[in-house]
Amino acid sequence: MPLLEIRNLSVAFDTSAGLFHAVDGIDISVESREVLAIVGESGSGKSVAMLATMGLLPETATVKADVMRFEGRDMLAMSPQERGKIIGKDISMIFQEPVASLNPCFTVGFQIEEVLRRHLGLRGRDAHKRAIELLELVGIPDPVSRLKSFPHQMSGGQCQRVMIAIAIACKPKLLIADEPTTALDVTIQKQILDLLVSLQIEHGMGLILITHDMGVVAETADRVIVQYKGHKMEEADVLSLFENPQSRYTKALLSALPENAVGDRLPTVADYDFEAEIR
Amino acid sequence: MTDPAAPNPRVNADHPPVGRGERFREFWYYFSVNRGAVIGVFVFSLLVLVAIFAPWIAPHSPTQQFRDALLVPPPWIEGGRAEFLFGTDAVGRDILSRLIHGARYSLLIGAIVVTLSLSTGIMFGLLAGYARGWVDTVLMRLMDLILAFPSLLLALVLVAILGPGLVNTMIAIALVLQPHFTRLTRSAVLAEVNREYVTSARVAGAGHMRLMFRTILPNCLAPLIVQATLSFSTAILDAAALGFLGLGAQPPTPEWGTMLAEARQFILRAWWVVTFPGLAILITVLSINLVGDGLRDALDPKLKRS
Amino acid sequence: MVRFLFHRLLLILPTFIGITIVAFAFVRVLPGDPVLLIAGERGVTPERYQDLMQQFGYDRPIWVQYFDYLAGIFQGDFGTSISTKRPVIQDFLTLFPATIELSLCAITFAVALGVPMGIIAAVKRGTWFDQTLMGTALVGYSMPIFWLGLLLIILFSGILGWTPVSGRISLMYYFPAVTGFMTIDSLLSGQEGAFTSALSHLILPTITLGTIPLAVVARQTRSAMLEVLGEDYVRTARAKGMPTRRVIGLHALRNALIPVITTIGLQIGVMMAGAILTETIFSWPGVGKWMIDAIGRRDYPVVQAGLLLIALVVMTVNLIVDVLYGLINPRIRHQ
Repeated sequence: MPLLEIRNLSVAFDTSAGLFHAVDGIDISVESREVLAIVGESGSGKSVAMLATMGLLPETATVKADVMRFEGRDMLAMSPQERGKIIGKDISMIFQEPVASLNPCFTVGFQIEEVLRRHLGLRGRDAHKRAIELLELVGIPDPVSRLKSFPHQMSGGQCQRVMIAIAIACKPKLLIADEPTTALDVTIQKQILDLLVSLQIEHGMGLILITHDMGVVAETADRVIVQYKGHKMEEADVLSLFENPQSRYTKALLSALPENAVGDRLPTVADYDFEAEIR
Repeated sequence: MTDPAAPNPRVNADHPPVGRGERFREFWYYFSVNRGAVIGVFVFSLLVLVAIFAPWIAPHSPTQQFRDALLVPPPWIEGGRAEFLFGTDAVGRDILSRLIHGARYSLLIGAIVVTLSLSTGIMFGLLAGYARGWVDTVLMRLMDLILAFPSLLLALVLVAILGPGLVNTMIAIALVLQPHFTRLTRSAVLAEVNREYVTSARVAGAGHMRLMFRTILPNCLAPLIVQATLSFSTAILDAAALGFLGLGAQPPTPEWGTMLAEARQFILRAWWVVTFPGLAILITVLSINLVGDGLRDALDPKLKRS
Repeated sequence: MVRFLFHRLLLILPTFIGITIVAFAFVRVLPGDPVLLIAGERGVTPERYQDLMQQFGYDRPIWVQYFDYLAGIFQGDFGTSISTKRPVIQDFLTLFPATIELSLCAITFAVALGVPMGIIAAVKRGTWFDQTLMGTALVGYSMPIFWLGLLLIILFSGILGWTPVSGRISLMYYFPAVTGFMTIDSLLSGQEGAFTSALSHLILPTITLGTIPLAVVARQTRSAMLEVLGEDYVRTARAKGMPTRRVIGLHALRNALIPVITTIGLQIGVMMAGAILTETIFSWPGVGKWMIDAIGRRDYPVVQAGLLLIALVVMTVNLIVDVLYGLINPRIRHQ
């Protein structure tokens, strides 16, 4: 049984210009201890699918799926209360903008201990001790004093580490990372990715990595889903994807990698037309 | 928010203005979405018409005293008379006629106060923002000072010292509302003055006056229009308050606030002398504020839903 | 934090000086000879005029007069009322608690109703509930409160007979002022029914004075909430599995309150002006009615000092709000 199983997921937004299908008939499944990358351009609906799973979409969104199961439990039929007991605990998520993702009015410690209390019932000294452990785990120096810091007193990379600490606080079975390194400096990007991967191995989590960066995919993923305009273009394990891409879109994506540049101009995916390949 | 497919007309507005017609059409598109704003415009237009044609619409003269009809209730109440639709006041004047004529005063007060404070505010603001240096410092300190006082209180004391009356009321209110315009203009000028289009106008040899009034000013009009609308309603409200306190327009002027002051002692005997003038103030102020809200939503790109 | 406080204090110094200059100028510079004003309608002989000029120090340079005035203020000398012959500050301090009591009730009324209304409207954005609430708020915002007060009297005192028309407490009760707050003093007096009477006298003035702040707070809370609800950290809080009540009531509200606090602070000034109207309607013996009475009696020292004192109160409240703002907003505090 897969950890997360989604079949034929569609997400539509009710806009003034009518229904807009951000995701159209996508299947995703992840095994535990597996790293799945979902790749696509911005606007390809890669985050939307995961936000739908977490129940984080606004009310203007209509989510439909034949199957949406986490550990065999139906996520769609679940009440928000029931889902609230799973997300943040068994499934957790980190986002693209680490600084904006932390509440500016509360200390880092408060924001970590809050999850511990909510899902594990840890309070006071226990929660505090665990929060220190977590900060150490994600590689933040001087964790005791850092717990008293506010997000604006820390760098983007540190904020993302705090977000990761919050996400792994309850030893989740699945971690969804939505463009976790996009907003960070290049040097920090690598550190955060390494941290995510090592935590994934250590804790035996499933990891879904949403990204537009093929380099990141090559380095970390076991399996890849390529998404374009709300449709799945290709799904393959990482080696066969890079060596023998099936869809023209994937080929275009790969040819847009800097190391594959031909001549003095880097091709972009916009040079191709893929509309025909969307079923 | 998460609305990737929604059409985004703002994209056009970020580019230099295309043409007057086009801009107005875009403005009207956003403005008319707001039903309240459209109702506000309608009611306000109606009030303007009433004010203009007051002598022809009003059934009686606003000052004529019907000695046989003191405190006559509206006709739908026992003892009311059909000729006095909103009843009469304590000296037998027709309330409806007084309200209709009162619309002239209120709208005139609003218009004059806004003209005064807007024009001086723009001058000061342009001067401060354009000249900078000590001119800026002195002017803005002065504005801060006026704003340090509760506005109605300052107006009240000003009128108390200048002497009660309609003209002094308008001067006082214009003075206390004016800093908002100065500040707005100044900050808009500061935001605009270093933009490329101003630099290019300067390079092209535009003089100071031309730069200030023809180049910069038109581009900071939006917040000023919104503020002018809000000040219009504030002016009417404050003038009525001063009238109510006996410092604004003096009896027998049919100014709404003054009417309320005269009616105060009869409130428990004759509710209509109190109810209708206040209702007139409320409806007028409300209609202007509805328009103001609509204007703000339509003109302020920051608040525009994306 | 100490540096932050010190900085704020420095910032209001120019405002303080400005306020005193304006108050000073009102009587010394504006049209109207101060001596003739004091002498009243009977007029004075030229010799007496010179005498008075000297007595009040009006023959000295204007800036010397100003510094004299300023020195007087620092010693608590705000001038003497022409009609009561008492120091103005004494009358002010006697009447001010009544205004504070009313204003506190009104702002509590506005915040206690306005914040929840704004939150619900924001959460239920676009529904009929939101539209009705915001429509009502705009009516409240446009309300001539002197008229609202009269209507309330007609309805609740006249037709229903539920509430008294004017004053702070029924004439049946008499007890010494300890705190100056009628509700507290009535409790301290131990007289039966006194507290209820004080409370019933407070209801209509509170609604009258609180209506515009209520509308403003509700509108501001709604728009602040709407902005905050779209922020990433609210999504994070939900992704952490926090219950909706905590997401909205803690994570979002805490941030939304920052601009709301500023708005509430700005309402204090508006309320001081509103208090003048409200106190006049309900014969509430506070500083607002005192000012209006002084204007009616042409008691200019009272008007001048009243303007100064009320402006100083507003300035102080703004300072407190500013500090509060720093306390609630960590980004400011740590600058």
